[in-house]
Parts: sequence; structure tokens; C-alpha cells
Amino acid sequence: MGFWSFFFILVVLGLSVHWYATNKALKLNAKLEKGSKLPSLPSYYGTYSLLLIIFPTSSLLLLWLVGKPFILEYILLQNIPEQLSANFDGAPSMLVDSIKAVDLERIFPGTNPLIVESATYFKDLNNYSNSFAYFSILIVAFLSSYFSLKKISTTFKARQAVEKSNINLLIFSSTIAIITTIGIIFSLIFEALRFFDEIPFFDFLFGLSWSPQTAIREGQIASQGVFGAIPIFSGTLLITLIAMSVAIPVGLLSAVYLSEYATPKVRQTFKPILEILAGVPTVVYGFFAAITVGPFFKDLANYSGFNIASESAIAAGGVMGIMIIPFISSLSDDVISAVPKSLRDASYAMGATKSETVKKIILPAALPGIIGAILLAVSRAIGETMIVVMAAGIAANLTANPFEAVTTVTVQIVTLLIGDQEFDSAKTLAAFALGITLFVATLFLNLLALKIVSKYRERYE
Amino acid sequence: MNNLKKIEYSLKKRKRQESRFKIYGLLGITSAVTFLCIILSSIFMEGKKAFLSTYIKLEVYFDPDIIYTDNDQKEEDIKFANFQKIIKNSLNSFFPEISDKGELRKLSNFISSSEEENLMRLVLENKQLIGQKVTLWLLASSKIDVINKNPDMELIAEEDRLISNLELNWLNEIRSANNIESNFNKNFFVKADSTEPEQAGIWGSLVGSFFTLFVTLILSFPIAVAAGVFLEELAPKNKFTDFIEVNINNLAAVPSIIFGLLGLAIFLNVMHLPRSAPIVGGMVLALMTLPTIIIATRASLKAVPPSIREAAIGLGATKFQTVTHHVLPLSLPGILTGTIIGMSQALGESAPLLMIGMVAFIVDVPGSFLDSSTVLPVQIYLWKSTAARGFVELTAAGVMVLLSFLILMNGLAVYIRQKFEKKW
Repeated sequence: MGFWSFFFILVVLGLSVHWYATNKALKLNAKLEKGSKLPSLPSYYGTYSLLLIIFPTSSLLLLWLVGKPFILEYILLQNIPEQLSANFDGAPSMLVDSIKAVDLERIFPGTNPLIVESATYFKDLNNYSNSFAYFSILIVAFLSSYFSLKKISTTFKARQAVEKSNINLLIFSSTIAIITTIGIIFSLIFEALRFFDEIPFFDFLFGLSWSPQTAIREGQIASQGVFGAIPIFSGTLLITLIAMSVAIPVGLLSAVYLSEYATPKVRQTFKPILEILAGVPTVVYGFFAAITVGPFFKDLANYSGFNIASESAIAAGGVMGIMIIPFISSLSDDVISAVPKSLRDASYAMGATKSETVKKIILPAALPGIIGAILLAVSRAIGETMIVVMAAGIAANLTANPFEAVTTVTVQIVTLLIGDQEFDSAKTLAAFALGITLFVATLFLNLLALKIVSKYRERYE
Repeated sequence: MNNLKKIEYSLKKRKRQESRFKIYGLLGITSAVTFLCIILSSIFMEGKKAFLSTYIKLEVYFDPDIIYTDNDQKEEDIKFANFQKIIKNSLNSFFPEISDKGELRKLSNFISSSEEENLMRLVLENKQLIGQKVTLWLLASSKIDVINKNPDMELIAEEDRLISNLELNWLNEIRSANNIESNFNKNFFVKADSTEPEQAGIWGSLVGSFFTLFVTLILSFPIAVAAGVFLEELAPKNKFTDFIEVNINNLAAVPSIIFGLLGLAIFLNVMHLPRSAPIVGGMVLALMTLPTIIIATRASLKAVPPSIREAAIGLGATKFQTVTHHVLPLSLPGILTGTIIGMSQALGESAPLLMIGMVAFIVDVPGSFLDSSTVLPVQIYLWKSTAARGFVELTAAGVMVLLSFLILMNGLAVYIRQKFEKKW
């Protein structure tokens, strides 16, 4: 039985059961006396029977889809001809992979006939087990629809049952956020721990040199990887610093101007323009940094007698700063607007000018909120990927010179993982160690910022 | 009098400070706007060139001796015929003075290699052409295209230029015979990636983006709306719901690349889903888009006035009926707006997709959710990382396509908000 015919039968079954249950309830209601009608509206009986088909079948189907590869591989492994497994040097899982890789439509001449035989067996197994699974799911669906149709009576409260299951569904949907967080933490920790089995934790955190090339063949001495993350952290910090020195002044001044000086009309035109800046995809900023800004700084340096590469910290950081401007300006606009009017009025009454009010009253009053905004922006900057991947370079330099190429945590994660499918080398696992460092750092910054901002809100509410 | 003068003096100073501060603020906002203008215009200046490609007019002689290797004149012969030689000969007949083999090879590089197949198709369709001379416009190769579109590149020193002085002279000769023109670049809109810039197109990655976003939408929209409804309307205020809220707020701020690591570790390594497939990309992006839609859902549910709920409950509706029959339909425009904005963020997102292998070089247009494919922003990244000069323009043009889709989606969001959203 193919998937689509199975699906079709299921849909037809569901719709007809829904229709039949509703009709049955309607007829029952018509027969009953006025005071003793069914406790719920007829359509709820239909919905109830429909749900009773959907829940078991979809969970069984999901279970099957997730479990199928493992079950089939196990059965295949049990049934591999002994000649084959005895002659194969390598892990059994590799043998399974090579059997699965055989395309029965186009068998290469010279493929081991035993492998072809196993592949045919695997294909048949796959087909039969699918048919079997679909068939049993359909039986479950028929049974549960029979059961639900039996249940229609004056004592059964269908609405309560339907609402309860729907609310449970809503609760489950909202726990997806928790499941995702747990998934992130576990996947990062699990792989990072495997990395720290090979590389000591403190060597990673405080090492001064980073060159993740591990030996290609066993016993090679020269290219043992070195995993000291300090140059990467310093590069990230340098770029973040450059980005902030662009974004903070421009963003803050824009926010002050828009909230204190601008007429409503100016505000209405310029706020959306700033938001466009926030909506531009990061890959576009990255392209701009690499094609326009990088060569610009290179030409500038060449003109004044220096020689720098077109990949530099200042190009990546500067463009990242542009990206973060709207972030800072809209957040600080919010906190500046939240400063109570009474403070402004008091200041004007004392004869202060507008700029004096801003500098001496509003900004100090809004400072916690602004700091929160800046912290959020910093966390955004250290997690930003595409701009630095495209414009910052991959060599890990320990330098504070903004005209040199530096690398960041995110760049390293990308370069370590692109194109690599093996998960047994320290090189690929290092990406997860960097990932968890990044996750912890941004989490800390976010929580701190949210705490500061909410404290600040309480003060003026 | 002295004090008054002092005050007058300081007042002048303070007024100067005031206007200076105002100028600083204006400077801040204008510099932000200038940055935006520079970014957009530099991309436009570069990208507009990619919408045209260069064609060269040639008198092509479909030499039967080259097409048919033997006398039986089968169709198979046409399929395997050496059309490169036919193009080379046609070029040679335009420049009869060239006889050196190396120079001839350089000359035949003027025409895109894709034209060999096109000529083959032309002959297959119309076998009468064999033995005839036909005047055709053939697609020029990328380096000729780049030089032709950027006249200032001819001034660069020979060793830094894409083509040598000799080739430049030939190009000028073709030009003076009026045998060259720029025309609409159709390849860009119908093809997928290619190693040759003049044959590469955006369509493959557009389809990939479509499949990916479709998965994202059908996963994230129902889940996020359900979660938003639960948290805003039905949830009791307790530690558990607080914890969910903290999680959602935190997920909204997690760097996107972390979601890529999650997808790599769980969807690919544990669940063994196919690498580079839109279904995995869609799942990862769905997790990223969830917080955006949840927050939008809650905000628009909050905007529905309590009187609606009270009226429904007063008429005997249950809490669940109140929400699904009355509150949710009223807040739908706001939810849709938030969803479209979330989708447009997902469309521009590339970092997590690099992690799950959607960064492969893919020549075919993907046909399903399980095919290897790439997406629009990743295609831009891929083209940017390619060394060939012709890809710079393509990259910028790709950015323009991406931006126009984003403008379209955001415009739609604004339209829905203004047209359907109720002000209470």
C-alpha cells in the first residue's frame, strides 16, 4: 500500500465518520424528548469522532517515521549474508550504508552481487514494512471510529471532551518553545562534551592559538589541531566594539532627535526608513561589506601608504554597526518616550533648554533602559553571522588593529562545519564548543538586558 | 549690569549648544538614511547590469562534414556532433586572418559554452539547416560580457584585465562591425546555479526558497497561533506559563546560527533527515519564526476589547468557543501581518541553512521537499564566494530579487493591516 492511497483512505474515513457521527447525533436528538436532549451540539459528536481518528493515527505515523530507519537497519543487519559481513573490514554501519546506497535501477558493473542481493532485500523489506505499518494504522483508525460511534449517547458530553483535547493541543504547542530550548542545550552540550574529551576545557578557553586542522591520516604529527579560542574571542570583541562605536552614537542621536525634536510628520517618515534598515537581510549587508566597504578601506589605506587586505575588521564591524542602528534607535526611542512628562516639564520650568533637558534629565533617567538596549544590541552583534562570514576573514589573528583581518566565533562555526559530514573529529566538534560558548554569552546578555529593562519599566509605571 | 551681561553671554552660549545638539541629532538620523541609500544604490548600480547579457552576431555554417561523421546521417550523430568546432569556424570566418591554434581557442572562448547545446537543439528541430549558413545572435561568454558592460575596465593594465589586448582588439572589431548587442538576460530568471556566470540563474534558488518557506509556514503558523492563544487567553498564571514565556522571549534572541547547530545535531544526525533538503531548512526556520508569530498573535489578541469576550460569555459560550468563534477571527488580520513579517525574516535568513548543508552547488531546479536545493540568500552568498568576475553582478542582481520579494511581502503586510485591522 503506497503512502498516498493510505492517506486518501484515511481522509475519506475521517470525513465520512465525522458526517455520520453528526447525523447520528442529529437523528438521536430528533427522537429525544425536549428536556432530555444530547448534552452537546451534534457537530461536537462529529468532531469528537474525527479527533479520535486523527490523534492515534498521526501519533502512530510519526512513531513509525521516526522509528523506521532504526528498525529496518536492525533487521537488515541481522540478515546480512555471513560471507559479506565476514569479508567486510569496517564498522557494520558502513556496510549498511553501502547497501543502502545501491541504486537498484542503475547497478554499477562490478558491484558485489551479495551487496546487490542485500539491497534488493532491503528494498523489499522497506516496501513490505511500509504496507504493513499503513495497514495496521488503518485498522486502528477503523477500530477507533467504531468505538467513537458507539459512544454517542445522552450520557456522553462530547463538547467537554473535544475542548479538553483541544486545550491539551494548545498546551502542547506552547511547550514547543521549551522543547526547542532543551533541544538546543542538549545538542550543544552533548557534542561539546565529546570535544572536551579530546581537548581540555581550559586549553580551549584560554589557549592563544587556533588552527583547527587535524591529522588527515592517523599518525601524522605535523598537522595536529590547536584549539585555543582566545584569538577568536578577541576578534569577536573587536568587531563588536567597532560595530557598537558606529551604532551607539548614530542610533542614540537618531532616537533623541526623533523623540524630542522631530515634528510628528518627520517622525512618521523617518521611523519607517530606519525600520527598512532593520529589514534588510544580513546577507545583503555582508555583500555590501565585502564588495563596497572592504575595497573602499583597502583603497584608502593604499592611498595613504599602508597595505591592507580587503577583508578587515573595520569593514565587517562598520557594516554590522549600520545593521544595528535601527535596533538601538527603536529600543532607546521606546525608553526615552517612557520617561514621564513631568520630569521634562519640571526641567523646562527651571529654564533649561531642550538639549540641557535631554542631556541632564532624560538620558540619565532613561539610562538603564538604554543600557539594556545596548546589551541586547551587543548580543545581536556577537551572534551575527553572514556579515562576518563574507567580510571578516577566517584566519585567527590575535590583534587589536581594526585594519587587519580577524575571525569571529560565528565565522569559525561556519567554516568548521561547511562541507564536513563526519562527526568524529575534534575539528567539527569544536564548532559545537564554540556554539555553546556563543549560546551562553548571548543568553547571559539577553537575560541581563531584559532584567534591567523590566526593572526600569517598574520604576516609571 | 555685570550679572546681566554674564547671563546674556551664557544664554548665547547655551543657545549655541542647543542648536549644535540639534544638528548632532539631525546628523545621526541623516547618516543612518545615507547609509541605507548608499547600500541600496551601490547594489542597484551593480545589479542592473546583470539583467542584460551580451550577444554576438555570427554567420553560422552548419557544416554537414562536422555534423555527420559518416554517411548514414542518423539523429544520434547530431546529438554528439562537435558544435564547438562549428562555432569556432564561424568565428574564424569573421576573423579570417587568425590561424594560430592557441589564438583560435581564445577566440572560441568569446561564445558561451551553452550555445553548443542550443545549436544542437536548433538543428534537431530543423534538419534543413544542415549545410546552410544562418545568421544568429549567440550568447557571449561572461568575460566578454563583463568587459562589454564595463567600458572603464578596458583602461586597466593588461595583466589585471580579464582579457588580453589581442582579445580586446577582436572585441573592438566585432563592435565596429555592429555585431554585438545587449539584450534581456533570460537565463537569469529560468536557470539554476552554474559554474559559468552567463548561464547561472536565480530560478533554482527561488524554487528552493518557496519549498522551504512553505514548510516553515505550515509548521510555524498553526503551532504559533495555538501557543499564542493558549498563553494570552486560556493559560492560568502560574510558574509553568511564566517559564514558557521566558523561553519564548529567549528564543527570539538566540543567534540564528545556533538554530542551525540544533538542526544539524538533531534533524540530520539523530533523525537522519536528508541533507540540503527544504524540509529540514523549513523545520529550522519554523523554530526561528515561532517566537515572532507568537508575539504578534498575543499582541493582536490583546487588542481585541474585553467587551467582545464578555458578550460571548454572557450568551453562554464557553471560554474556548469565545476564543475560536469571536476573538480569534477578529485578531486574524494582526496575526497574518505578523506571520508575513516572520516569513519575510525567514526568507532573508541564511546562517542556519549553511549548517544543514543547503549551501551546496546545485545545478537542477529542485522538484520536491526532499531534493537537494539552496535558497535565495544562500545563493547570494555562494555567488559572492565565487571568484569569477561575472558573478559580482549576478550577486547584486540576486540581492535585488531578494529585496523586491521582501518589499512585496512587507507591502502585503502593511496592506492587510490597513485594510482589515479594526480600530476599537
